[in-house]
Amino acid sequence: MLHVDIRKRMGSFLLESQFSAENEALALLGASGCGKSVTLKCIAGILRPDEGRIELDGQVLFDSAGKIDLPPQKRNVGYLFQQYALFPNMTVAQNIAVAVRDSTSRETAVAEKLRQFRLEDVAAKRPAALSGGQQQRAALARIFASQPQAILLDEPFSALDSYLKYQLELELSETLAAFPGTVLWVTHDRGEAWRNCRRVCVMDGGHTQPVQSREALFLAPGTESAARLSGCKNFAAASPKDEDVFLPEWGLTLSCRRAVPPKTTVAGIRSHHVHFAAKDEVNSFSCNVVKVIDDVFSSIVLLLPSGSAIDAPLLRMELDKAAWGAHDGEKTVTVAVRPEDILLLQKS
Amino acid sequence: MDWYPLYNSLRISAISTVAVFFLGLLAAYYIARLPRLVKGVLDVVLTLPLVLPPTVVGYLLLRLLGPNRVVGGWFLAHFDTKLVMTWWSAIFATVVVAFPLMYRTARGAFESFDETLADAGRTLGLSNSYIFWRVRMPYCKQGILAGTVLAFARALGEYGATSMIAGYTPGRTATISTTVYQLWRTGDDAGATQWVLVNLAISAVVLLAVNLLESRQRGGRR
Repeated sequence: MLHVDIRKRMGSFLLESQFSAENEALALLGASGCGKSVTLKCIAGILRPDEGRIELDGQVLFDSAGKIDLPPQKRNVGYLFQQYALFPNMTVAQNIAVAVRDSTSRETAVAEKLRQFRLEDVAAKRPAALSGGQQQRAALARIFASQPQAILLDEPFSALDSYLKYQLELELSETLAAFPGTVLWVTHDRGEAWRNCRRVCVMDGGHTQPVQSREALFLAPGTESAARLSGCKNFAAASPKDEDVFLPEWGLTLSCRRAVPPKTTVAGIRSHHVHFAAKDEVNSFSCNVVKVIDDVFSSIVLLLPSGSAIDAPLLRMELDKAAWGAHDGEKTVTVAVRPEDILLLQKS
Repeated sequence: MDWYPLYNSLRISAISTVAVFFLGLLAAYYIARLPRLVKGVLDVVLTLPLVLPPTVVGYLLLRLLGPNRVVGGWFLAHFDTKLVMTWWSAIFATVVVAFPLMYRTARGAFESFDETLADAGRTLGLSNSYIFWRVRMPYCKQGILAGTVLAFARALGEYGATSMIAGYTPGRTATISTTVYQLWRTGDDAGATQWVLVNLAISAVVLLAVNLLESRQRGGRR
């Protein structure tokens, strides 16, 4: 159990982090510069929040009111740095050995970690001689050797080539599955969050949003920033009208077939939910084709609805290359969005 | 040939290098953590001896350590010892003059240190002094060694402040540099040349060591 409720001002940037994590893997999802790493550093004790409280498994790590600020050494929080931070002057075995707190069992603990993380062959090598994947395993072995109560992962794959990522992600999630405490998984990659964490806390501009299940985030995000992080690319200003939304920029009124929350200010439409309209389909409208981008496996078509105002955002439609092939060359197309696919959002 | 000046020069330089090594490291480590204004002021004060004429340093030291001055007078009264005109008086001069070289090189080396290594060490439960000696120092080894060698070379070559605070007494306070001046002044060209050659040899070795260290530092950066 990890409770975080902290504020920290850094120049013009204000961090306000508030969330709780069970003994689970919780994703902290946000664009770069949103305060994810600062939050992790405050939990680990590397940075000091201006005020607030951090509690781990019933122990207070930081409490500005009670004047408690445990040094990092006493917090028992493992931190996987983006570049792993292995000590370059020590071998892999030495890197692991320094983290073993009980000196009587040091040798056996090191041998065990080397075996568990498949590092026996490189035990006597310096970190610089290791591959990216081996470095990550060595850093994890070192963290586990220190027997942490919680583990913080700061963009664990940012230092790796993409073809290595998939294999390592599998290994990492298996390793962490056996870990009984809290894992905070910081990432900007929505797929990585979905694959490895059941619950997600979205951070935007230094603020955390309420923790939600990954299904809630991706299928029904509540805010524009959450929808953006979940991969939605089309956003338009919206005003509610009973079960419809009016999108003034595109001059469209779309049916949602459900009560539209009165607080709705933005509508989101995922690119792959925009499709060619069937005859008499609800929510169909004609668009001018502005540009077609040829991607690896799909075609991305940028559209402008016919009734659009000047400066209206383009509507992005993403579809199979073959599906677009039948319409290639057309200047105007009629597309539609199913009512249940319209995301009703608030500006965050 | 009387080798006393070589012996005296080497022991003065060695002792002051040891002192400057620790003083410079401590100053570089702690001053980097101070607020910007304090850091700027201390930086100027500590680097000043590098650009001041050695005679000015010598004069200021005499004002402080002379038998009739604050520190020197107190020392004379309590320990019955004069701080000036003994062989070890020169150590005061060499420490002050060599300190900025150590301080500035160590600071440069520390600034290149990847602080996440220290952060990682602390989250793993390592003490701050362990991290300093076992992670930070090895990482900055080459720069710190170069600073130490430079400080030693500067201490060995010190003349101005040394001659003012320790004087020239053959067999007692004579160093290589003061001997060269005295021999030349008294017209002993052969003697002066001998000591000039000795000094050239030592300085060449020292500079060679610095260059080796610096090229290894450039090549060895990860």
